[in-house]
Amino acid sequence: MGNLTIGCYPGLVGSMSYDFAMKLAEAAVDKGHKVSIWFSGNATGSVKANQKHLKDYSTGEKHLKDLLAKGVEICTCEACTVARGIKKDEGIPGVQWNAMHWFLAKVHAADRALLIGGE
Amino acid sequence: MSDVKLAFVVQKPQYKGETSRLAITHAISYQTVEILLEDGETVTPKLCFIGEGVLGLQKGQNAMDLYGITSTESHMKNTLLVDLDVLVCKEDLAKYGIPEDAMPTAEDMGADKSIQVVPFAEIQKAVEEAKHVFFF
Repeated sequence: MGNLTIGCYPGLVGSMSYDFAMKLAEAAVDKGHKVSIWFSGNATGSVKANQKHLKDYSTGEKHLKDLLAKGVEICTCEACTVARGIKKDEGIPGVQWNAMHWFLAKVHAADRALLIGGE
Repeated sequence: MSDVKLAFVVQKPQYKGETSRLAITHAISYQTVEILLEDGETVTPKLCFIGEGVLGLQKGQNAMDLYGITSTESHMKNTLLVDLDVLVCKEDLAKYGIPEDAMPTAEDMGADKSIQVVPFAEIQKAVEEAKHVFFF
């Protein structure tokens, strides 16, 4: 099986690119691939716990918890996240916090790496 | 022992959005990635600017004074300090009327490298040589 790394940059609300990245990760892990997800930029807003899932808006928390339960490694850019006012103890348990080199390290091991761009 | 070559291709203007800047900072982070890799493993990014991505690279920026944020110029100097290869598309600079000598240098900070203004064919070569290509 393959090793897929996804860099995810779009905001949770404002486009469907974030949703696409989560669906892609789910499809890959369900096929047995190893998947890592790196959040940077506006995507880091999705790691905050206790999101209320209003039906008019995408939700990050449910997808992330499901992916974590399936063994997907998820890491958020610490600088991007704290810049948005989210503290580490407010984050979804299981999501890692690290610097940008985490993404590059995962890319090093990846058979395929995708960047789902923001804005 | 394995080196993974990457190409970071920036095609959005600096300051217009966040990701064009994130391309620079992500590339710079190659300097510390070894703490997460095995001995002998390396990652070598090339940072390439094409299209509108060449906008906002010029020297003489005052982003810190005016907006309280680090300027792209400062980030570009840091790329040179950490010995990144930075390629800027010659044709696109000409298209926007930006002189090649407007590109920042970091000689004053002790950098050995300079921004390379190159024909697009050189950037294409860097993309073809990379295992992974990221468009910002």
